[in-house]
Amino acid sequence: MKPAPFEYFAPENVPEVLALLEQYGDEAKVLAGGQSLMPLMNLRLARPKVVIDINRLSELQYIAPGSNGDLAVGALTRQRTVERSDFVQRENPLLAATIPLVSHAQIRNRGTIGGSIAHADPAAELPALSVALEAEFTVRSSRNQRVIRSQDFFLGYMTTALQPSELLTEIRIPAWDPRWGWAVSEVSRREGDFALVGVIVLLRLDNDVCEKAGIVLFGVGAAPVRMRKAEEMLRGRRADGKAIAEAARIVSEDLEPDSDLHASAEYRKEVAGTLTRRSLVEAISRAREATKR
Amino acid sequence: MSRKHNIIVTVNGKTYERSVEARMTLADFLRDELALTGTHVGCEHGVCGACTIMMNGEAIRSCLTLAVQTDGSRLMTVEGLARPEELQPLQTAFQERHALQCGFCTPGFLMTAYAFLEETPAPTEAQVREAISGNICRCTGYLPIIQAILEAAPIIRSASQER
Repeated sequence: MKPAPFEYFAPENVPEVLALLEQYGDEAKVLAGGQSLMPLMNLRLARPKVVIDINRLSELQYIAPGSNGDLAVGALTRQRTVERSDFVQRENPLLAATIPLVSHAQIRNRGTIGGSIAHADPAAELPALSVALEAEFTVRSSRNQRVIRSQDFFLGYMTTALQPSELLTEIRIPAWDPRWGWAVSEVSRREGDFALVGVIVLLRLDNDVCEKAGIVLFGVGAAPVRMRKAEEMLRGRRADGKAIAEAARIVSEDLEPDSDLHASAEYRKEVAGTLTRRSLVEAISRAREATKR
Repeated sequence: MSRKHNIIVTVNGKTYERSVEARMTLADFLRDELALTGTHVGCEHGVCGACTIMMNGEAIRSCLTLAVQTDGSRLMTVEGLARPEELQPLQTAFQERHALQCGFCTPGFLMTAYAFLEETPAPTEAQVREAISGNICRCTGYLPIIQAILEAAPIIRSASQER
């Protein structure tokens, strides 16, 4: 047997899950799709005393229009379900383009949206995407319900603002502005592997002047990194090659990535600049198209 | 602590009832409890794809799912592909194209390709490459595998039209 022994619960609804979390606190791990937790348990890097399997919670599997045009995704919705959703394709092209980059099809068949976000691997796409889209997370405990903004959620390496008694139940993505220009790209060793460096760009033009710009990098720090300095530099600037090159340079300079088995810090900085430049070109061209329409 | 849990699963059309420890992975369950050793266990943390099987119609990693979670599910392993005396077209194509050497990764590739062709009956080569990106083969260099899948696709397509 690979995982160390644990006590297993498979509750049928959210209140039961919350009661168990209240009882066991940080001795318990929530098992959603299992595509991150199971490897850790098989390698015995994680040895939870209690596993709370939430896969029976069909109430947390949905993709629905929220109030004022936003998109509500139940935390237990499989990544594959989002990938196949016509509604997502129509409502949020950036989400639709990012999901296929998440690992491999076999993993996305089990992996969940909430699981990836709660696990908070710094090289994962969905945490960075949620920061770029300024998503909000609904979390519940048996005593309380609160909303955490994505920018306040990711605290560090696989560390989030979730308390041991809390369950992430919903991801809320603000309404898509049809004028958005966007791009997502990453470099990985093998298609579907974790990104060595990844970037998501979301921007809006007014008369070819950058009105709003979001640049989020992943795989280059302990959590998704929002490149505020480059974003501020772009705001109010004409969207030309000079501005793009400057933004890419700032991103590359501002990052302090780690070296590891897969890539050196210098390599990551270099690639981050290049990917940022290409993504800005792509996003600006999409924004121009969008403004024409 | 290690209480046992009763589960009922259907594997390749046959129903089994067993009592398992919660920590037993689905891959170990298939091999050790049901003696279905066609499913291979490679990395055991979701990277190599050798343990790929179908659960309720979707390809999954059986090393990253617990047996206890499959209670009430319909599973299909590589043993469920061929009919007596007749290989499934993917298996024939793998044989003809030499899409295997040592054969360790083959059950995972077959199940991944099977699930992929169900959803994408007429794939391009690029789609095939992406579909098998989650499976590792250390012998073939992948090209014969890609060819085999591309060759099996129209055969499976015409067979399913006849049905």
